[in-house]
Amino acid sequence: MADSLPTLLLAEHDDASLNPVTARALTAAKALGAPVHMLVVGENARAAAEAAAKLDGVAEVLLADAPAYAHRLAEPVAALGVALAKEYGAVVAPSTAVWKSVMPRIAALLDVMQVSDVIAVVAPDIFDRPIYAGNAIQRVRATDGKKVLTIRTASFAATGEATGASSAPIRAVEPAGTAAGNAARSSFVGEDIAASARPELTAARIIVSGGRAVGSAENFHAVIEPLADALGAAVGASRAAVDAGYAPNDWQVGQTGKVVAPDLYIALGISGAIQHLAGMKDSKVIVAVNKDEEAPIFQVADFGIVGDLFEVVPALKTEIAKAKA
Amino acid sequence: MKILVPVKRVVDYNVKIRVKPDGSGVELANIKMSMNPFDEIAVEEALRLKEAGKASEVVAVSIGPAKTDETIRTALAMGADRGIWVKTDEAGIEPLTVAKLLKKVVEAEGPTLVILGKQAIDDDCNQTGQMLSALLGWPQATFASKVVLGDTGVEVTREIDGGLQTLRLDLPAVLTTDLRLNEPRYASLPNIMKAKKKPIDEKSPADLGVDLAPRLEILSTSEPAGRTAGIKVGSAAELVDHLKKAGVL
Ligand SMILES: Cc1cc2nc3c(=O)[nH]c(=O)nc-3n(C[C@H](O)[C@H](O)[C@H](O)COP(=O)(O)OP(=O)(O)OC[C@H]3O[C@@H](n4cnc5c(N)ncnc54)[C@H](O)[C@@H]3O)c2cc1C
Repeated sequence: MADSLPTLLLAEHDDASLNPVTARALTAAKALGAPVHMLVVGENARAAAEAAAKLDGVAEVLLADAPAYAHRLAEPVAALGVALAKEYGAVVAPSTAVWKSVMPRIAALLDVMQVSDVIAVVAPDIFDRPIYAGNAIQRVRATDGKKVLTIRTASFAATGEATGASSAPIRAVEPAGTAAGNAARSSFVGEDIAASARPELTAARIIVSGGRAVGSAENFHAVIEPLADALGAAVGASRAAVDAGYAPNDWQVGQTGKVVAPDLYIALGISGAIQHLAGMKDSKVIVAVNKDEEAPIFQVADFGIVGDLFEVVPALKTEIAKAKA
Repeated sequence: MKILVPVKRVVDYNVKIRVKPDGSGVELANIKMSMNPFDEIAVEEALRLKEAGKASEVVAVSIGPAKTDETIRTALAMGADRGIWVKTDEAGIEPLTVAKLLKKVVEAEGPTLVILGKQAIDDDCNQTGQMLSALLGWPQATFASKVVLGDTGVEVTREIDGGLQTLRLDLPAVLTTDLRLNEPRYASLPNIMKAKKKPIDEKSPADLGVDLAPRLEILSTSEPAGRTAGIKVGSAAELVDHLKKAGVL
């Protein structure tokens, strides 16, 4: 019976380290009730596998380490997932760009309908997921024998490391046969990943976000980023700010960008369109600064300042420095 | 070279949807419907490739019940050459089933590229393009923000979590669009008139031999936990006091 089989969790990592969203997805995977094995797939990814092995409740780590898996291209990684899935009752991954690309391939090749963006595990076959930009929550029963799930990690607390020095065993798995064949038809050309000393958006405790009103990339650097750094925060942006080229694409928060739930979210010059709210309305405390007192963002903000962000933000930075002194 | 563009009819992105009080779904009666915004971007990209002389025909396909042809007409008014309507009794066909239907359409039409939106803004699933690519055994590039089409391959820049990534795919291939790929055109009045004469070929799921039975049973639909508006504060100093009290600084 499928539901007596263990769960396979696919880790988000960059080979060198495990992304914090993985520990959150682990919490969802454990809620299915079966033992959890974690797959770390990449090239030179042993360090990430070792970090995965330390997490509480991981029974075994599978390490698929091969040049074919560099950059985790969807075709070879999905082929591996399908080959491994035979022994598992559920295949689970965090809703990151990598796994959003890979998981539906695995689901289709297994002839399973995927449940995307799970926000609650109600039972091993019943899940809650947001639809319409989070304006409704659908409860679904997945009737396929195997489950294929992506997890909205902002909705789950992170699992910590196991107590003591215990680590789960790490087992090397061979590349699945079709990996090379598939990889030949899609290949990596290059990437442009900005290195940043700031926390990652999906892991940050505090996020400072700027909207169209910020006006330029220079103003993001001169006004938004110093406030973020004073708070040790990540920087986010609205779609309008990204479209205008004020902020890079990976800063976009919202329905079709990143979904975040930090302790503190500060929205500066963001109107609060439903697509933006979809990505941040589960934050613990929301602050909004907007010139327009009717702006919809104030309907979800715990604390609002009606004013010009170019006056409020420097003052806020000064007050925070005072408070931290 | 032919490009196939699947398009979906969804509730317009400006509509604030309401959950039915009995939890049976969302209110869809008398609500403005539009083409899924990501699909508009897909149509636009296909048209630009055609206008650049790199494609010869753009075919729009949609799957859905009565009025789905309006969405296909929108694609035709933007400039697509012809349409295919896989007519179903109900809306809300699951992505896996949609991918299976599209696979049959692809097999019949033989396009070199299929360009889809990365997600539909109603079910927010983000699955169909990847599923279609897997079922066809074609390479995929999701979340495209730049597409450079050559004779034997396509180079696609993608929006990923840390920034941008560029892949090269052999043809034929499946692409899904992200927001910054292009800005879709509005259909001009003459083009809307012209679109009325363009052919839409109707097919049934039975013609294509695909079973529509859903795999996910929808148990209920509910309102998300609400948030209530908080307070307005007068100054940065006052705000910092509140944040300290809330324990978030
Ligand atoms: C398919 C689709 C997907 C989308 N996905 C997303 C998404 O993921 N994320 C997202 O954010 N959006 C998304 N959007 C876009 C969304 O609908 C809004 O257009 C966008 O969020 C608006 O960004 P904004 O609030 O920065 O700009 P605006 O709506 O233009 O708001 C600017 C605000 O700044 C205020 N302001 C102006 N000057 C000042 C000043 N000096 N000081 C203080 N305040 C000032 C104004 O009062 C206004 O409220 C999507 C849209 C579509 C169609």
